[in-house]
Amino acid sequence: MARARKASPKKAPRRAKPAPKRTAASAPRLPKLAVWKFASCDGCQLSLLDCEDELLAVAGKIQIANFMEATRAVVDGPYDLSLVEGSITTPHDAERIQEVRRTSKFLVTIGACATAGGIQALRNFADVEEFTRAVYATPAYISTLKTSTPIAAHVRVDYELRGCPINKAQLVEVLSAFLHRRRPNVPDQSVCVECKLRGNVCVAVAHGTPCLGPVTHAGCGAICPSFDRGCYGCYGPKERANPAGLRPWLGRHGLDAGAVRRVFGTFNVGSDAFKQEHEAHG
Amino acid sequence: MAKTRTIKVDYLARVEGEGALYLKLAGNRVEDVKLKIFEPPRFFEAFMRGRGFAEAPDITARICGICPVAYQMSSVHAMEDALGVKVGGMLRELRRLLYCGEWIESHGLHVYMLHAPDFLGYQDAIRLAKDHPDEVKRGLRLKKIGNELVTLVGGREIHPVNVRVGGFYKAPRKADLLKLKDDLEWARDAAVETARWVNAFKFPEFEQDYEFVSLCHPGEYPFNEGRLVSNRGLDIGAEEYGAHFQEQHVAHSNALHSVRTGGGAYFVGPQARFALNFEKLPAICRDLAKELGLETPCRNPFKSIVVRSIEIVFAFEEALRIVKAYEEPDRPHVEVAPRAGIGHAATEAPRGMLYHRYELDEKGLIVSAKIVPPTSQNQKQIEDDLAKFVPPRAHKKQDELTWECEQAIRNYDPCISCATHFLKLNVERTP
Repeated sequence: MARARKASPKKAPRRAKPAPKRTAASAPRLPKLAVWKFASCDGCQLSLLDCEDELLAVAGKIQIANFMEATRAVVDGPYDLSLVEGSITTPHDAERIQEVRRTSKFLVTIGACATAGGIQALRNFADVEEFTRAVYATPAYISTLKTSTPIAAHVRVDYELRGCPINKAQLVEVLSAFLHRRRPNVPDQSVCVECKLRGNVCVAVAHGTPCLGPVTHAGCGAICPSFDRGCYGCYGPKERANPAGLRPWLGRHGLDAGAVRRVFGTFNVGSDAFKQEHEAHG
Repeated sequence: MAKTRTIKVDYLARVEGEGALYLKLAGNRVEDVKLKIFEPPRFFEAFMRGRGFAEAPDITARICGICPVAYQMSSVHAMEDALGVKVGGMLRELRRLLYCGEWIESHGLHVYMLHAPDFLGYQDAIRLAKDHPDEVKRGLRLKKIGNELVTLVGGREIHPVNVRVGGFYKAPRKADLLKLKDDLEWARDAAVETARWVNAFKFPEFEQDYEFVSLCHPGEYPFNEGRLVSNRGLDIGAEEYGAHFQEQHVAHSNALHSVRTGGGAYFVGPQARFALNFEKLPAICRDLAKELGLETPCRNPFKSIVVRSIEIVFAFEEALRIVKAYEEPDRPHVEVAPRAGIGHAATEAPRGMLYHRYELDEKGLIVSAKIVPPTSQNQKQIEDDLAKFVPPRAHKKQDELTWECEQAIRNYDPCISCATHFLKLNVERTP
């Protein structure tokens, strides 16, 4: 849920304009940005470093105060904006996220792990001790929780940016919105709308390809249908999604119950709508 | 009695993922060294069981946001091995082109943003950019062109969507690839300048007698195919991997250490590829190495930044070759039918060899999966380096020595997120 304060677009951003009488020594302080990692692949925070055209400009408007993937220098909190990547999977991380929340004015989660628990939330439907034995020779060395949960299950979250991975243009939009104290302009429609905007022929209707587009949150720009494949739901369910309504279509397009279970059992399996559909085909 | 001193870095910066360093010195002797990996486990090999063979490239990509193409490539090749499928012609070329893009963005990130600041004494690339704006901007543009290549072939730069077992969902149009030609030519020259720039850095005196391991292909610098070869006589197919390498589970790491069976640590990545495949590099790279006075094999891991830069030149040169010769294939993929089988593959991720093995049932569902990422293979080598690097420098101040140790770890461009999803162990040898 977005909680960014709304502001009129005409209103000058609070921190971008220096106050007239200040000397250089007391120049307005730049907002402090922190980037935190929990269980994840690093891809969403990499999106920030992948903003090759914007990175140096962004670094001129904000102070990168804590971003371990990018810098050795760490500035103590509190932080004006924290970006949180990854899900909570260990007892230590469950404590650490509380500290991150305490030290952050705004906390924005980035990506499917942080907003839905990620692919590692498949453990929520299995026996994690058996998982540990399957992967590690000495399970006693491994400290892990039985579940992988999104950040919002542990602390208050001010805004959630979807995607596996997130769209870097949307990340820049969210940064800009928080710096300017306005609501991020991130559409919450389905991937189908993006397909229409892009002028794609519908892969489901025209080609009979199983596609999660109707129930999936927009944001990627309908990449998969543009590459002649069905959407596989990596942005998670859109608002008020009804995956059960897709069942007849997916069945007609050749997916049996096991395949439907698996198609919803990926990066956003921890989100309610996809979780229900995953479990309904158990 | 010698005075005891410890060097600790609780959270390593400028590497991918969560790692720490613990090193205990008694006088000049290293008593203990641990590259600790506290990145939480995500159990990929466990939840891959029961999934369809066709799902492997999308799921395993999520092991690493920096090198997803490597996971996609090793998984599709292993599946094709299990299913008796061979992908050739332009589809094979497109796979190489996609890999070029990933090497460029990953190496570009490491050279400019993660490693160069160490040599020039900056905390990060943002601070470096204040004094060296032209170089950092050149690096960002190089990296961006690599990402554009991945996006054009794969659909997006992180977790591309276009890779499938048997080829691609859709082949790019020749006209779209040719639009990149001017950028690729600029970038190849910029990569040559990059190599000259980093070669002028000051390198610590540190050489070791390594066992380098990489793929070797008779006719090309390796991406997707070849035998696993070392400078100490290893020469095997990927299907023999399990007989020659072992993984050890140690208490301080959520990643497994790899060692050569009956041997010790080994070294994968750009320096290993460079040592074992030098003569297959195009002339532009060989001439550049000569101009820079870079010996082969290069045994100083701090010079990995130079080797990585030469590999960026290679990747742009190779991308240009493929783009110019590209013809749109009749079909974007070959047909693949499920069957029971076991498949193996190793491909060259930016950080080194990445091994996958899958067992499939008759419906094409995964019975077991095994994934050995490059960083877990280098982990023991990194610890061995530190044990030898520190004693002659034990007199240095704590801050300086700590930073040099971090730099020694960053030589390997460790990807700790990757390194934390391991395979089942055959042998228990610890603690």
